[in-house]
Amino acid sequence: MFDNLIDILLLAQQGPELIPADETAELVEQAAENIAAAASPRANLGYLIAAVFFILGIKGMTHPRTAVRGNQFGAVGMLLAVLVVLVGNQVVSWPFAIIGMIVGSAGGVWLARTIQMTQMPQLVALFNGFGGIASVLVAAAEVLKTENPGVAGLAAGLTGLIGSVTFTGSLIAAGKLQELPQFKKPWSVQGQQLINAALVVASVYLSFEMTDGTGWEFFPLVLLALALGVFLVTPIGGADMPVVIALLNSYSGLAAAAAGFVINNNVLIIAGSLVGASGLILTNIMCKAMNRSLANVLFGKMEAAGESADADEVYAGKIKSTSADEVAMMLDGVQRVIVVPGYGLAVAQAQHAVREMADLLEANGVTVEYGIHPVAGRMPGHMNVLLAEADVSYDQLKEMDEINPTFAQCDMAIVIGANDVVNPVADTDPASPIAGMPILNVSEAQTVVVIKRSLSPGFAGIPNPLFAADNCLMLFGDGKQALVDLVAALKEN
Amino acid sequence: MDIITALTIFVLAVFIGFEIITKVPPTLHTPLMSGSNAISGITLVGALLAGGGFWGGLFGFLAIVFATLNVVGGFLVTHRMLSMFKKKG
Repeated sequence: MFDNLIDILLLAQQGPELIPADETAELVEQAAENIAAAASPRANLGYLIAAVFFILGIKGMTHPRTAVRGNQFGAVGMLLAVLVVLVGNQVVSWPFAIIGMIVGSAGGVWLARTIQMTQMPQLVALFNGFGGIASVLVAAAEVLKTENPGVAGLAAGLTGLIGSVTFTGSLIAAGKLQELPQFKKPWSVQGQQLINAALVVASVYLSFEMTDGTGWEFFPLVLLALALGVFLVTPIGGADMPVVIALLNSYSGLAAAAAGFVINNNVLIIAGSLVGASGLILTNIMCKAMNRSLANVLFGKMEAAGESADADEVYAGKIKSTSADEVAMMLDGVQRVIVVPGYGLAVAQAQHAVREMADLLEANGVTVEYGIHPVAGRMPGHMNVLLAEADVSYDQLKEMDEINPTFAQCDMAIVIGANDVVNPVADTDPASPIAGMPILNVSEAQTVVVIKRSLSPGFAGIPNPLFAADNCLMLFGDGKQALVDLVAALKEN
Repeated sequence: MDIITALTIFVLAVFIGFEIITKVPPTLHTPLMSGSNAISGITLVGALLAGGGFWGGLFGFLAIVFATLNVVGGFLVTHRMLSMFKKKG
């Protein structure tokens, strides 16, 4: 039908008497646009189905039993959305598309196969960055192609801003998580906040300037935003990275959604906003678990513990040290044990040793569960993945709110490589820097065994009265070695 | 698609996102992040549609590479993680 329309218009162009030439050109252009849009209803239906798959996919993630299928649903949705473009013959350059997808797939497969589970946070940060820069590039191509006046221009500006911040911010975050020497020390220049504020104001101003449709503002805007991403993330310490990755996750989604506004594509808007919402929720959860506001993580530093108790005063003469043999003997005859793993466990690569210990205990009829604090690990849920990798059954992995009321009915809590998240000061001392932070109530257990190298403080830099409690025993040593000794002692008994 | 329609879709999708994601247990937060990250690679659709001229072509090509990396790597690594979550017995 549209082919006919073009024929008619071409005929009309040949007969200049019928329609004035300038008007004809306009009509031809309009017809071409109609043809491009003609693919739209069918394409949009395809995109809608893809979006439904995305939603079902995320819904599958609500339970470990359905999660694998959920992820596959997501992948099917993506395949469908890409097929809609390919079949609709809207691809601008086939060689580029094919080569690009082959290169990208090869890199993706390689990364996904070779990465270690402890490196997961870096990988997710890297992928966030890739998503962000892809959105920027899409907007850049669109800005070069046509004028984008009004909202489309603003959306292009915001895509450039959010996507670029996501890109450089994620690369820095990944570098910090990988503990590359260049990124190890948080640094900031004099008047950093002012520079950041100026960069934000300038980029937002340029985004609004883009409503005139000329698009030249896009490229300086991207440069400013790339710098902003660097400046925003470099001052943030390694311990705050879970919040940063979650936030950048959200940004990568929002950048995709904004790109959807630029090219007028509903599947980008839907998928992007789902991811944006997901990242925001996780950011919020992480902030709560760390007892800090988002602003504090992004712009502030952890307050020094000025008024809190002196370490010597807290610990003097009250620390009871124990040995692996002694713990093994105490474990003889217990009924319920809760293991509280912290990031130190992952650093020591002790997941498998923990599971081995749990297996021995379970063989004796002991119930073993794992109490997992939301910030155990370097990203939301990281510790669960590390334990799952060590073949710990997922129904033994208990979240904080679920496990906390049950510590009182537990014979022994074994804390490995965790400190601040089990510090009772959070509940008792309102002046403490961790006051109000949700903690695991291990001190309610009959006996607490803390496996730790020394009495050195955790990230908050404050002493932990738990270590001096009557029911607490310290098993000093490297997490993995201590567990290996414990396993050997259990086998002897 | 006019801007109001686009905004409507955006706002409703954000609400759906909030509704379903709050139901995801903390145990699965890492796979959720990497999986949703893969979904944000949907920009691939935009990348395939992009192009025109030398720079447009170059930007489009690079966008395809980055977005495909994000999509393929994201879904695969999520699958790898999720298949480790097992229940004993």
